[in-house]
Amino acid sequence: MTAIRCVNLVKRYDGKPPVDAVRGLNLTVERGECFGLLGPNGAGKTTTIEILEGLLRATSGEVEVLGLRWGRNDDAIKQQIGISLQETKLSEKLTVRETVTLFRCLYRQGISPDLALAQVSLEEKADARVGKLSGGQKQRLAVSCAIVGDPQLLFLDEPTTGLDPASRRQLWDIIRNFRDQGRTVLLTTHYMDEAERLCDRVAIVDHGQVIAQGTPRELIASLGGDHIVEIGLARDGHDLSAVASSLGRLPKVSSAQLENGGIVLSVQDLHLVLPAVLAELDRLGGNLDSLATRQASLEDVFVKLAGRHLSDEEGTEP
Amino acid sequence: MSAVHSPPPTASSDRDSAPRIWHSPMWQLVVARLREFVREPEAVFWVCGFPVVMVVALGIAFRNKPVEQVTVDIVANGPSATAAAEALGKNERFVSRLLSPAEARTHLRTGKTDLVVAPLTPATTAADTPSPSTSGVAPRYRYEFDPTRPESVLARNAVDDALQRAAGRRDVAESENVELNEPGARYIDFLVPGLLGMSLMGGGLWGVGFVTVDMRIRKLLKRFLATPMRKSQFLAGIMVSRLLFMVPEVLILLVFSRYAFDVRNHGSFLDVAVLVVLGGFTFSGIGLLVASRANTIEAVSGLMNLVMLPMWMLSGIFFSSERFPDAVQPLIALLPLTPLIAMLRGVMLEGASLVGYGPQILQLLLYGVVTFALALRWFRWT
Ligand SMILES: Nc1ncnc2c1ncn2[C@@H]1O[C@H](COP(=O)(O)OP(=O)(O)O)[C@@H](O)[C@H]1O
Ligand SMILES: [Mg+2]
Repeated sequence: MTAIRCVNLVKRYDGKPPVDAVRGLNLTVERGECFGLLGPNGAGKTTTIEILEGLLRATSGEVEVLGLRWGRNDDAIKQQIGISLQETKLSEKLTVRETVTLFRCLYRQGISPDLALAQVSLEEKADARVGKLSGGQKQRLAVSCAIVGDPQLLFLDEPTTGLDPASRRQLWDIIRNFRDQGRTVLLTTHYMDEAERLCDRVAIVDHGQVIAQGTPRELIASLGGDHIVEIGLARDGHDLSAVASSLGRLPKVSSAQLENGGIVLSVQDLHLVLPAVLAELDRLGGNLDSLATRQASLEDVFVKLAGRHLSDEEGTEP
Repeated sequence: MSAVHSPPPTASSDRDSAPRIWHSPMWQLVVARLREFVREPEAVFWVCGFPVVMVVALGIAFRNKPVEQVTVDIVANGPSATAAAEALGKNERFVSRLLSPAEARTHLRTGKTDLVVAPLTPATTAADTPSPSTSGVAPRYRYEFDPTRPESVLARNAVDDALQRAAGRRDVAESENVELNEPGARYIDFLVPGLLGMSLMGGGLWGVGFVTVDMRIRKLLKRFLATPMRKSQFLAGIMVSRLLFMVPEVLILLVFSRYAFDVRNHGSFLDVAVLVVLGGFTFSGIGLLVASRANTIEAVSGLMNLVMLPMWMLSGIFFSSERFPDAVQPLIALLPLTPLIAMLRGVMLEGASLVGYGPQILQLLLYGVVTFALALRWFRWT
């Protein structure tokens, strides 16, 4: 069953000049999955998720949330979703429990505040002031406020941005746990490892459009190889692009690209390809300066499709 | 965290839907605001300490002075100056000094003296106006004073009166003086209802305006918008919590002025309470409207000052608004603070009942309801 369906979503922010933040975005999220919107800063993730949350009005396009529509069934949708915004400063003077209790009473149905705190492992901080929490604890409190209404669908906008690795992993556990209860999660992130490890399916977003969609495994497989070989050659007058294109013609090498003065290959069956690559370099007389291999990641998928890295800012047009 | 296949006692077992346990959203918001408020020492000081500081300062400034002293500089230019000084010396109200003309003028200009008396030579007088005076030559004085300073004008009249009598003037009409200084008729009695109105206005506008814009900046409004809470409940919660903060503010002001200055309420306390709630309602509604779209503290401060300025000046906080020209009276009557202060004075000073104030009460209610409705409509949540 579908939790979110979004067809040809367009959002233009009026202004001088107007900004086309979302340009024809299509998305389908099934119930019970953890779905990630992965993209660089400025890709339009927040705009998209806020339209789905009913906080922003789309310029055009169709949106269905839990089979309902904004503008017609607002209360029914709001009762069934939980959200955490990219940035919200909860009142520092209230205690953790008071904050969750306040959010609890805004919903008709829900779980007890103490249970909502237990689910994010904040029981011990229940009586502490919000102002005294660490960044990770504040983020978990935000999630606790999002789940206290016992939602079917959870929206999390960059839930782990700015957190230390331990806090991030802790949040991943919380999110997985929620998903394992048969509920749906839609989150945004610009961390490829987060999308890869946490999300069942991922849509890669760039310039307000989905440029690829699928499970992390499928997306990586679409590279045509599960390993990446990075080759650095000594600068001795060789024509790099010529070397790259002849390496790209080797069997099991699905692509060869120039990057940062080196050559990046996407390969299958590393153990077979590597000797062939070395032999070919030898034949061409290239002096190997460095060689590194690693597992392919969603970052590589993004680089292949967008021609730049996830950490690069939007606006540096390819 | 529990294992995947034995989910924690979530949902169904712990779910509850009884609204009576979970109070209404509005009430919870009010409770949360109250908690935030009492945990903020500065806010508590401003709400509770400020009215007291205000009453003390004004009470001291306007306390009933035993005898008002009048400072007079007399230009020392001969025997008539000494005679004038002697005449004034008979009344201890006057503090007079004999000085050179330049010195005296400087004193007047710098406010060190209220009046300069320059005795003129009677000879020139005789040449100008044929005097009917029989007993020798009548003295003649020139008064230099600052007509924009009330005490200077007062000094001129009082000194003139004393010097005229010394020169032999007889009063024709008989007069009798009754001094108004018993509680209920002093300036401080007039002032306290004005201050009460002023703090209801300031508290309503600042309290609601700052809190709202602060929540908007913190994206908390947006977060609340994403919950099923009704917008009107949220705005009403802000208003009600503001009304509750007014209780200590008002009580402190009234109790303090009662014990420090013996300011009494001559009307019913219930009527005062009704007016306080009504004023709180009206001005927190106006506060909501003023804060309905502002995105920065600076913007909302500017707007609030703009809204309050005419009322500070015209609505009769420190002196009766009837002093302004007739032409602006209809405008002054339109300002919501004017009827509020008028009713507070009517009840507290004259013991009037609210029954006679139907139109004014309606006016304030309308302000509150209309501003609330407009705020609800224009409110920017993001
Ligand atoms: N309120 C707004 N007004 C104008 N432009 C905006 C507004 N919000 C976002 N944008 C622009 O829209 C684009 C997408 O922003 P956003 O959805 O926040 O991206 P992301 O969350 O992926 O970083 C960016 O170029 C951003 O500058
Ligand atoms: Mg964002």
